[in-house]
Amino acid sequence: MIDLVKQYWQQYLWGTLAHPTGLVITLWLLVASLGLGFMLAVPLAVAKASRNRWFSIPVSLYAYVIRGTPLYVQLLLIYSGLYSLEAVRSTPFLSTFFRDAFNCTILAFTLNTAAYTTEIFAGAIKATSLGEIEAARAYGMSGLTLYRCIILPSALRRALPAYSNEVILMLHATTLAATATVPDLLKVARNASSDFYMPFVAYGLAAVLYLCVSLALIRVFRSAERKWLAYLG
Amino acid sequence: MHNTLFEGYGGLLWNGTLQTIQIAVLSLLLAFVIGLLGAAAKLSRNRWLSVLAQIYTTLIRGVPDLVLMLLLYYSFQDWLNRLTDALSFQQIDIDPFLAGICVLGFIYGAYFTETFRGGVLAVPKGQLEAAAAYGLTRWQVFRRILFPQMMRFALPGISNNWQVILKATALVSIIGLHEVVRAAQDAITGTSSKGASQAFFFLSIAGLIYLALTTLSNLVFMSLERRYSVGFRRPEL
Repeated sequence: MIDLVKQYWQQYLWGTLAHPTGLVITLWLLVASLGLGFMLAVPLAVAKASRNRWFSIPVSLYAYVIRGTPLYVQLLLIYSGLYSLEAVRSTPFLSTFFRDAFNCTILAFTLNTAAYTTEIFAGAIKATSLGEIEAARAYGMSGLTLYRCIILPSALRRALPAYSNEVILMLHATTLAATATVPDLLKVARNASSDFYMPFVAYGLAAVLYLCVSLALIRVFRSAERKWLAYLG
Repeated sequence: MHNTLFEGYGGLLWNGTLQTIQIAVLSLLLAFVIGLLGAAAKLSRNRWLSVLAQIYTTLIRGVPDLVLMLLLYYSFQDWLNRLTDALSFQQIDIDPFLAGICVLGFIYGAYFTETFRGGVLAVPKGQLEAAAAYGLTRWQVFRRILFPQMMRFALPGISNNWQVILKATALVSIIGLHEVVRAAQDAITGTSSKGASQAFFFLSIAGLIYLALTTLSNLVFMSLERRYSVGFRRPEL
């Protein structure tokens, strides 16, 4: 066990500067997919909450398909499925993009979390109290200003508890990157396990690290809720 | 079955689908039972029990399911091998089907524990006291008063957990179960000589099968929700 820790601790945490592995990659996957997913989810949520069916129905369809299928299948489809298509391989840009496991993983994770986040944000937008919107209208706000100054700040705050749940689930979902050969924390644990044949120690170390990240995220979100949801209390 | 349609792999995909449904349903049942016991432990006045249940739910829900799956599956096999070695028995291989169900049930039992705990807490206390005052035994109170009402509050959570379990069955192909994703991968390997676009085709089929299953279970849960809302009027908004 000591040997395993001695040989692998650096890979578990950050690897080397040239080849980062382990926790650093996991966190990077998490931040990148959540960041991109957030940017995608805000406009999609506005579209989903809109009364115009041309906006809301395509978004609902997207969320339905993504939420109805496992992320593992989505990842396989993007990683090994798309690259098998002739049209993708013969286009230089697409070919280089989809050959890289890291790109595919981030794309799959982003599309997945964006769907769940869209549902959360759309629900919060729809639940905005009518009085807030009427007051804003009375002040002469409309369209973009109304969304930017009133609806979104209020809805995103109220979405915080549900969103923090999604962040934890996304952390758990990043483990799938290991199946696409991305050297994240789980991949290092798998290597260490087969190297030393000590599955309990190897996976247990990864589990402890994941648990620490989960607990840290829960703490961060709890203090964020105390700060931004104080007015609801 | 559908031999020409799926390049001769229709039967394999169909068996994979059945396997997926079996794994999902059996893990759901196990998780359901563990969840009820866990909720009972968490709400019990015995401090040891409630602390134990608290540790269980925190640990399981804080660690990714894939990590837990690999950890439990390979560790148990490792320990079993050591035990059989020490007793100089023949090596016993854990059946992946049974192991997959146990692991999924054990993991999602933690999520069910939280769902049921919330459901129990939402039932007004006066109802349980009234039932006890009528001389109902503890089992009767659970069966006739607590459980039906708790189910109404817990159903949205149960529905959600079921969808998560159903989708998590895709992961058990990683520990060697022949469910639908594995079937699709086998079909891809089997048809690789015919040109590469097969991968996209078979993975899409797997995705569509999952989509059909989640849609179907949504409909079932909608009717269950109606059944458990009998005698309960929703406020009109």
